[in-house]
Amino acid sequence: MKQKTFSRRLIGRVLAYLLAILIALWILIPIYFITVAAFSPKDVIYSWPKSLLPQTISLETLLFFINAQYVLDSLWNSVKVALLTLVISLVIGAPAGYALARYIFPGKDAFRIIILSTRAFPIVILSIPLAVTFMQWGLYDKLISVALLHVAMALPTTILVTSSVFIGVSKELEEAATVFGCNRVQAFTRVALPLALPGLAASAIFTFVLSWNEVFAATILTIQNRTLPARMFVQLAASPIPFRFAGGFFILVPAVVFMFFIRRYLFSLWGITLK
Amino acid sequence: MAEIQVKNVRKTFGKVKAVWDIDLTVHDREFVVLLGPSGCGKTTLLRCIAGLEQVDQGRIYIGQRDVTDLPPKQRQIAMVFQNYAVFPHLTVFENVAFGLRMQHKPKDEIKKRVQDAAELLHIEELLDRYPAQLSGGQRQRVAVARAIAVDALVLLMDEPLSNLDALLRLEMRAELKRLLQEIEATTLYVTHDQVEALSLGDRIAVMRSGQILQYDTPLNVYDKPADLFIGGFIGNPPMNFLDGEVRTEDGQVVVHTGGGDIYPPPDVGAMLSRLKEPSVLVGIRAENIETLPAPAEGALQAEVLVVEPLGSHNLITMQLGTEQVKVNTSADFKAQPGQTLWLRLNIDKICWIEKATGRAMYPD
Repeated sequence: MKQKTFSRRLIGRVLAYLLAILIALWILIPIYFITVAAFSPKDVIYSWPKSLLPQTISLETLLFFINAQYVLDSLWNSVKVALLTLVISLVIGAPAGYALARYIFPGKDAFRIIILSTRAFPIVILSIPLAVTFMQWGLYDKLISVALLHVAMALPTTILVTSSVFIGVSKELEEAATVFGCNRVQAFTRVALPLALPGLAASAIFTFVLSWNEVFAATILTIQNRTLPARMFVQLAASPIPFRFAGGFFILVPAVVFMFFIRRYLFSLWGITLK
Repeated sequence: MAEIQVKNVRKTFGKVKAVWDIDLTVHDREFVVLLGPSGCGKTTLLRCIAGLEQVDQGRIYIGQRDVTDLPPKQRQIAMVFQNYAVFPHLTVFENVAFGLRMQHKPKDEIKKRVQDAAELLHIEELLDRYPAQLSGGQRQRVAVARAIAVDALVLLMDEPLSNLDALLRLEMRAELKRLLQEIEATTLYVTHDQVEALSLGDRIAVMRSGQILQYDTPLNVYDKPADLFIGGFIGNPPMNFLDGEVRTEDGQVVVHTGGGDIYPPPDVGAMLSRLKEPSVLVGIRAENIETLPAPAEGALQAEVLVVEPLGSHNLITMQLGTEQVKVNTSADFKAQPGQTLWLRLNIDKICWIEKATGRAMYPD
């Protein structure tokens, strides 16, 4: 009997790992090929059959891409928009989430639903009147306008995620902080905030990736100051193949790097990773 | 250290009267326990004193200073919370040092006082660890160390032992008692556990429905409960209550119960005969009933229903006339269900309760 349950558990575990590996490969293989292609010279990219390992590594394709008009500018634009979006949505969203988690106030339930209602607007519908308004306000074709729209898209999740993060931080801890000499603000910054950090980081990743990937609003709200995805959305289809690979690589890398960088916070539970 | 005075304090949550016009004084260096069933308002009262709740009316004084409108940090209190509330992102050292750091004490002093508190609670070896690496009992020690490390006037404890398992609770109870005697802190301690209250407190305030029903020494609360509720709430098993009717026969006061007649001593008899309504409840604890195998003078006949051996003694449930009573006997007392025994009530230990009001009466 014991042998049987043991072997069954072993099979279950093997299957789970197999599944995980399959999913990882499904995601990683295309990324791998894009990366290899991005570092291959033109003639290798066009050659057929492809080999699995990179034949010759060269920066020719990447340099070609980078030196193309506007690429570095729009890459920089993308970073700026994503960071702006991240900061604004955390500055607005985290206090709102904290209020939802800690206080009982009139209209709390209505507030929770109204937050979600902005998500009910398709961006297509939202973007056009926004474009008009931004033109009138002189914000059109500015990065801040794209960031603001991204904030509008990200806020509902930011608020709801941070609220559940703060619910997870026991109120008793903040009370203990006030008993031992903190005022309300200090209790928040010294106790609640550090404990909420992993959750807030997760929410920040989400916002960053959302802004980084968003194409439609960015395309409508800008002409000159496009973010990288918006520019590529317009230009890649009309570009030579090596240029497309290099572009794909450039869109991929920052998101992946950012995730690795911030993942530590996501998985770290205090005292466990600190060992 | 200092005195706590609560004057006419009221706190409501919507329509719920959590604390209703309570007066309470805890003397300097006294250990007072707030005891009551859940929802009686004991924790709310403690939180009002800590400043974690705003009172609706009344004043609170700590060491003669009116702290009613001050935030917790200005009240010079320390508190131990029910779920420990040890900061998970700080080491044990930093947890204990938290209050001292907030007071901007010099480094050397912080180090010394953390060491002292850690020694008192035997957690010196844990100072570099994080709370996630500690057991429940160790976290509780950290929470207590953090509270005694600061210069607090009073120490507030909210069910500090309720999350520990039974064995650990027993150990921590004794250790807390030793510790608090050593540091001579004015302490207000909330619990729903009557054994904790009896064993720890200098005085116990028994609460129900937002009010204090009795405020007295543990022995008095146990032996002379102020009313029916306290008699039934404190003690294991709870006090037995027999329905009784007061009569005067040949100039002598007699109390008729379902199981037989009880003859109170003269001062009690005089007190009972003055009652407007002659109905009383005869309250008697299981250990104040003597069990006899044969008839004896003044003993009441009863039949054994259930015998529960508890190791140190036996708990026997008996049918006494129309009533059931629980009686303690020595562990080697042999009894079988169905057997007839005779019970002698210790007259001096009876708690006489006026049935109409539920109030206990004691001769002057």
